[in-house]
Amino acid sequence: MNRGPLTPNPSPTRDEGSQWSGPILAAENLGRVLPGEVPVTLVQDVTLDIERGEFVAIMGPSGSGKSSLLYLLGLLDTPTSGRVWLDGRDTSRFGEDELAATRLENLGFVFQFHFLLAEFTVLDNVLLPMRRLGARPEEKARQRAADLLQQFGLGDQGHKRPHQLSGGQRQRVAIARALANDPPVVLADEPTGNLDSRASANVRQILHDLTRELGKTVVAVTHDLTFASAADRRIGIVDGLIAPDWRA
Amino acid sequence: MSIQFVIAVTHLVSRKRPTLVSLVGIALGVAFFLAVSSLMRGSERDFIKRLVDNSPHLTVYDEYRNPQPQPATLRWPDGAVELRRVKPLREVRGIRGHAQKLAFIESLPGLRAAPVLVGSVVLTFAGRSEGVTLNGIVPAKMKGVSTIEDKMTQGSLEALAAHPNGLIIGEGLARKFGLSLGGVVNAVSPAGESRALKVVGIFRTGNAGYDETQTFALLKRAQGLLDRPDRVNRFILQFDDPYVARDVASLIEARIGYKAVSWLEASEDLMSVLLVRNLIMYSVVSAILVVAAFGIYNTISTIVMEKVHDIAILKSMGFHARDVRRIFLAEGVLLGLVGSLLGLGLGLGLMALLVQVEIKPPGATDTVHLPIYWGYDQYLLALGFAMVSAVGAAVLPARKAARVQPVTILRGMG
Ligand SMILES: Nc1ncnc2c1ncn2[C@@H]1O[C@H](COP(=O)(O)OP(=O)(O)OP(=O)(O)O)[C@@H](O)[C@H]1O
Ligand SMILES: [Mg+2]
Repeated sequence: MNRGPLTPNPSPTRDEGSQWSGPILAAENLGRVLPGEVPVTLVQDVTLDIERGEFVAIMGPSGSGKSSLLYLLGLLDTPTSGRVWLDGRDTSRFGEDELAATRLENLGFVFQFHFLLAEFTVLDNVLLPMRRLGARPEEKARQRAADLLQQFGLGDQGHKRPHQLSGGQRQRVAIARALANDPPVVLADEPTGNLDSRASANVRQILHDLTRELGKTVVAVTHDLTFASAADRRIGIVDGLIAPDWRA
Repeated sequence: MSIQFVIAVTHLVSRKRPTLVSLVGIALGVAFFLAVSSLMRGSERDFIKRLVDNSPHLTVYDEYRNPQPQPATLRWPDGAVELRRVKPLREVRGIRGHAQKLAFIESLPGLRAAPVLVGSVVLTFAGRSEGVTLNGIVPAKMKGVSTIEDKMTQGSLEALAAHPNGLIIGEGLARKFGLSLGGVVNAVSPAGESRALKVVGIFRTGNAGYDETQTFALLKRAQGLLDRPDRVNRFILQFDDPYVARDVASLIEARIGYKAVSWLEASEDLMSVLLVRNLIMYSVVSAILVVAAFGIYNTISTIVMEKVHDIAILKSMGFHARDVRRIFLAEGVLLGLVGSLLGLGLGLGLMALLVQVEIKPPGATDTVHLPIYWGYDQYLLALGFAMVSAVGAAVLPARKAARVQPVTILRGMG
């Protein structure tokens, strides 16, 4: 097994020109224990590599630590042991600011509940990450937001408020927003958990296409077997540990 | 416009009622602040104006602030020998080189100055004698520095110019002597000179002591009578803005050496009373703004609680803690600013109403308007207090929002 990050990186701050060709996302003995009178172990000793353009499904029984693992991979939570490598960089060295900046530019999140800002229009919701990053001028950003919505069949919904959309539509808006700053990695936590079968199929197709057509890496937690079977790889999690032979 | 600011505005606009209540709180606070401040400061100004108008803004005396050091102490500053019975050098009193000094003072902008020779004389009329203060003046210059011209009930200051032997006396003195316009009194000075003077004017200031003891004659005549030819022992100054008197006083004192006393210095005790009064007043009206700040605190805290999911999503999206903090601080700034502007309008309206109020003080014959101060410094103060309270109220909720951990919220949802 060629585990890039485990062999010490010769130059932690990589030269600008050289492109890291190893796994885009890697967990190295990742663990998370919630402190307390009775400490709760959420994730234990998870080591895995996720390659560029891969579509990975994380599966497992309820309460097994799938979401917790996803939060660690998405730099939302800090591990109590081990580390996460993103694009060849050791994120355990990052400070608050660098973590936030990395989430803004390199990671996109889609959650089970749509999590759109209710007071903003659909278009403005998609614009949010671009406006925060400020890399695109307003005109270009608006164009991109409109294009993304168009791409997900929401071309005529941009002016609406989230509550005026169906669950499936909202989830597609959330995906558009996750893609706004063109991050290489999209993390999704039960993106179809709340949708009927037609909307599920639609969202599944979109996430699948992201890996095939745009070369994005998608890691999705799911209970949905159809969804999982569309993935390139399925990772089973039981009691916070990787369970290689786990089957739903 | 930054996205943080847009989110702040959206939060406030989407919560109309609490936002409105917060705004009204600040607006009322600022309006009340301004109404009280303009009244208090206005009455203070009114009081000072009365104080200032009836006395010189600045008087330069023919004295030094500190006694001139004895030559012996200058020669041996550390000497242990004490010299007894040392007296200051005898010198003819008066401002030396007064013409140049007056010219220098008059070259300063925003003021008028008049030379005066003040001395004591005894007036005798119909067998009665009274010791009075004789002010030798130059009528044309005196008009610029004193309101005495307006207090003349008979005759005028100019009459002195026409009658070199003229004398202007107060109504109290005239009544004492039974003198009227055209009457002739005999004046005797301590120098032994004596002269007959004709009453060419009578004034009434309303201050009994002043009206009974002060008299005015031509400077030349006073110099002759007091046997101090070409001497002047005071400059009297009047300013366009009385409040610069203190600074000009130190300038003059530094430049010409003689003691220069401004009205501010002369009535220092009174000024400190007014200062304390203002401090109390501003503490009370600021306390109202502090109360209004609780409304803002409540509004922003509620928004933070309601929007905890939005905060989690913003942070997971890559917003920094300080971006989140800025959103809620901006809400405080916005509420403070808009509330202050509303309050400014309301306050100005109140002041415009107050200035029309007419009151008749007990015993007075004519009605007076409430004195209202319109100075811009109180608007800045009100704005400053309002902003400090509003932003202060936002600090705690903003810090709480910045500390929200997205995972904690996401776990609660999962
Ligand atoms: N704040 C908490 N305090 C104590 N235990 C917690 C807390 N949050 C989560 N857990 C526990 O941690 C474990 C992992 O939770 P997690 O949400 O990662 O599971 P999951 O696999 O995503 O479950 P599901 O499929 O239901 O979403 C669960 O057993 C849960 O009960
Ligand atoms: Mg979960």
